[in-house]
Amino acid sequence: MEKPKKEYEDIPGTTVFDADQSRKGYGINMFCMSLLKAENRTAFKADEAGYLKAYNLTPEQTDAILKRDWNGMLALGGNIYFTSKLGATDGLSFQQVAAKMTGATQQEYADMMLAGGRSVEGNRSKSEWEHKNG
Amino acid sequence: MAKIVACVCTSHVPAIGAALDNGKTQEPYWQRVFGGYEKSKEWIEKVKPDVCIVVFNDHATAFSVDVVPTFALGCAAEYTPADEGWGPRPVPVVHGHPELAAHIAQSVILDEFDLTIVNKMDVDHGLTVPLSLMFGQPKEWPCQIIPLAVNVVLYPPPTGKRCYNLGKAIRKAVESYPEDLRVVIFGTGGMSHQISGPRAGLINSDFDKAFLDALATDPQKAVDIKHIEYMREAGAEGIEMVMWLVARGAMDEKVNEIYRFYTVPASNTAVGHLILENASA
Ligand SMILES: [Fe+2]
Repeated sequence: MEKPKKEYEDIPGTTVFDADQSRKGYGINMFCMSLLKAENRTAFKADEAGYLKAYNLTPEQTDAILKRDWNGMLALGGNIYFTSKLGATDGLSFQQVAAKMTGATQQEYADMMLAGGRSVEGNRSKSEWEHKNG
Repeated sequence: MAKIVACVCTSHVPAIGAALDNGKTQEPYWQRVFGGYEKSKEWIEKVKPDVCIVVFNDHATAFSVDVVPTFALGCAAEYTPADEGWGPRPVPVVHGHPELAAHIAQSVILDEFDLTIVNKMDVDHGLTVPLSLMFGQPKEWPCQIIPLAVNVVLYPPPTGKRCYNLGKAIRKAVESYPEDLRVVIFGTGGMSHQISGPRAGLINSDFDKAFLDALATDPQKAVDIKHIEYMREAGAEGIEMVMWLVARGAMDEKVNEIYRFYTVPASNTAVGHLILENASA
């Protein structure tokens, strides 16, 4: 059987965290959740790869975490409210993590926000992005 | 008899809490945000609620991906401010109203809204930032708080219509509670924002302002907004706005707009704020 299409897959630059994603990213998100405890943050920082072994991650997921590939973590089932705890452990604010996901520098991103944010015009559907890039 | 006297809608941006806790409120960037709540603080000091029902969402703090309740009502005597990775916010412990909460739970569940009951929950910025915005930095919060956590993290959240109707059921529950209590209901989160992926930073002020207008004058228009429209138009995380509809549902259809404030940005997010009282009151 073909999987049903999800209408929100058409939103560009966006991974909607649904039950499929949450199953795929269970390990990433539970790892991130563990960082809510100060002693776990310390243990993770002391030995990142070793700490991750307890979370049943795929090699791609481990790699994305170790490389701080923020978009990669989302694609592999992570959710921003979880991955931001890894950001916090690195001393990053929500805004700093967001900037990294857009490919902008922190300053460029902060300036964009001060100027009113990213407009919805041209950012509603994937076809608009393909048009822009093609 | 207990009575819902007003509804307060407000964004709950975590950076607002951080700015307050780190003494940055006088910086021009933050003055623009906090200045918008001066009138609200004066208003709520006059209203003196006994209890605030705060509709908020947990941001992967109390609920992991092990269990994700759609609606979870706090029936505990107290709630500890959570460590969200930066250490807990230095704000007072939140005292509940377990008797009223238990009454609401019983009433709305028998009214066919299948709530999850919560007896232990640390509360994150979703709940504490609105309290800080409305009450400032007191030693103790001036009223009891009933938290209602709505899932907006794992798609799909409850529909706007479901939220609105739950608000109506909560009102019925409150109004059947025998003690004379003044209750204010908070809807929190929003407004337009996206904090994830390459489209992060999206803001749609036109959408936000139309939403504020609809809440004030034509709530059905807001109730009819579909999830796909929130996500496309107001950002993936803008879908938090459904929580405002729970608060709005607890009010009369005709309301007086007491106060409105809107500014862009606070960190990644458009900040919106609305206070409504029933026109018949
Ligand atoms: Fe939120």
